Amino acid sequence: MTNQNIVSSREFLNGDEAVAYGARLCRPNVVSVYPITPQTIVVEKISEFVANNSMDCEYVHVESEHSAMAAAMGASMVGARAFTATSSQGLAYMHEMLHYVSGSRFPIVMMNANRTLAAPWNIFGDQRDSMAQRDTGWIQVYVENGQESLDMIIQAYRLAEHEGIYLPVMVNLDGFVNTHTYELVSIPSQKEVDEFLPAFASKNAVDFNNPRSYCMSASTEWNMEFRYQQHEAMMNAKKVIESVDKEFGDKFGRYHGGMVKEYKCDDAEVVLVTTGSVSGTSRLVVDSMREKGLKVGLVKLRFFRPFPVEYFKGLKSRVKAVGVIDRNLSFGYEGAVGSEVKSAMYDSCGSPKVIDFIAGIAGRDIKKKDIELMYNKLLNLSKGQKEEELQFIGMRW
Amino acid sequence: MIKMKDLTDKEYLYGHKACPGCGMGIVGRLATKVLGEKTIIALPASCMSTVTTQYPQMNYSVPSMTMAFPGTGAVLSGMSAGLKSLGVKDVNVIGFAGDGGTADIGIQALSGAVERGDDFIYVCYDNEAYMNTGIQRSGMTPYGATTTTTPSGTASIGEKHFKKNMFEIMIAHRIPYAATACSSYTTDFMNKIEKAKNIKGPAYIHVMAPCPTGWGFPSELTVEIGKMIVECGLWYLAEYENGKVKMNLVPKTLKPVKDYLMAQKRFKHLKDEDIKAIEEHRDSEWELIRENWMK
Repeated sequence: MTNQNIVSSREFLNGDEAVAYGARLCRPNVVSVYPITPQTIVVEKISEFVANNSMDCEYVHVESEHSAMAAAMGASMVGARAFTATSSQGLAYMHEMLHYVSGSRFPIVMMNANRTLAAPWNIFGDQRDSMAQRDTGWIQVYVENGQESLDMIIQAYRLAEHEGIYLPVMVNLDGFVNTHTYELVSIPSQKEVDEFLPAFASKNAVDFNNPRSYCMSASTEWNMEFRYQQHEAMMNAKKVIESVDKEFGDKFGRYHGGMVKEYKCDDAEVVLVTTGSVSGTSRLVVDSMREKGLKVGLVKLRFFRPFPVEYFKGLKSRVKAVGVIDRNLSFGYEGAVGSEVKSAMYDSCGSPKVIDFIAGIAGRDIKKKDIELMYNKLLNLSKGQKEEELQFIGMRW
Repeated sequence: MIKMKDLTDKEYLYGHKACPGCGMGIVGRLATKVLGEKTIIALPASCMSTVTTQYPQMNYSVPSMTMAFPGTGAVLSGMSAGLKSLGVKDVNVIGFAGDGGTADIGIQALSGAVERGDDFIYVCYDNEAYMNTGIQRSGMTPYGATTTTTPSGTASIGEKHFKKNMFEIMIAHRIPYAATACSSYTTDFMNKIEKAKNIKGPAYIHVMAPCPTGWGFPSELTVEIGKMIVECGLWYLAEYENGKVKMNLVPKTLKPVKDYLMAQKRFKHLKDEDIKAIEEHRDSEWELIRENWMK
């Protein structure tokens, strides 16, 4: 028997380790992972837990990311709780499997270390890997630091396994900036997590008296209805994201904001929309600009799918201009978040004033002065000055 | 030993939409009859998944899952690990994959799963081409066969390469149990499934499954064609366990390959010298079999 009597503590952990501690607390039955920088510490840490008898799971050493997700799907099909983790090229390699898993409604949780995609080859962070998985039917959350990483792995299982959802969840951490940065992280006790996340009573538990076929073919007569149900489940998730986060907040003292988390937006004239680790730096810039009397605010977008359309519709009448920091780029148009924000804010009363800032590609630092520049551009736009809709920030030229 | 008369009347694969005379249909039906109701099936993209799992008519009356083409081995690992972790015992986990799904796109996941020693049965039903997509060549298509991607013509004999040997690739993994079989030798095949069922760890069975549609022969001749391929020595029945290969059936003299080849449309274009080349290759393979496994 494994000794998994974890007591609550505070540890100095990096984001990857926080994910591993979070995963251990969720008691997955099966973990199937393949190493890739900068996710590797997750794989190593879980291996260490298993080797030291402090985590009770079947650890499958798969030979590729495609197989990591295929094995997780096999485990989920027989009713097991499955966990995996990946990054960048690995996520791209398992792309096909992402569709299988969401389409057949397996509540698998995966951590993704956001890293740019080749070529040119680079191991550092941006979010094009996961943003490119937008239409795979996975719930996607972007976290800011180690604590939120640990907390969201736990919340992810509650969401994924929710009766009205049954969809996979991807928890995204910025490569290196989050995965390799050490912070003090509160680790809840196993008892508390067991109360919040009970053992998985899967709908897929094997029943030989009532055999089921999964992932079957569905012809033109039926296929669209399956897709509709997938969409419906994703839309249902919006409410559940909020309620699960609130419940988590009540129990553990950390409410993360549900779909989006505002910072000093109440009287803001311009706001910047961020995802992941750049949110922390951006708050410091908001504070310093506020000291100068500038009415700037920050919207941390936490969930990319489902997308908080209603929130952004409401935001349009509250502010004069909105900026988006996109750590990704859809070549030939703009950043993925920028497109979504604009689309959500557009209505028959006219188009919103939005600047999409492409920054932080392939690990390039987004400095405070870059963020300040973005806010100043937004302030210009709010005063009626002309600004380009798409701008690259922090370029060599 | 399994005898036909002891076999259950219960059908676990029923009402599927395979072509008349499909060798694969025999494979699925007999394998599940041997394994019984406590069986979970993984099906990659293939004829088998296409003809058995069209919503809302599910033709397997045991739990099954269709999945991505390359992932059979990994899915079987996951199922096996999941059941182990949940403490569910005495369940057969089996995958049915075609020759392309095994020897081409699925070989990486299969190799990984066998190397890990996970507990499952992997059945490759070999109909020697991508039949589900319309008879395109695979790594298992035999030399000289016309397929839709290796058509014979003035500049082409058809498929230019001899078959990949999956049985020996599995032996190289030191798998606990591997076998070759043929859908026409039903008792032999069922006994191999029974053995695979009782083996702890991975078991691999490569079963030749003649395809009337892809090979071009009348659908009532499936069993006959399957016998002919073994009798002429272009396929063999063998098993590997405890580090040794045992030949289950060795014809006293190998019949000429010509009769087998000419019974099928896919080989009709072959000239005498092509047939001779195929026979010579067969002979060299049998020399290796006698040298390595029969001494």
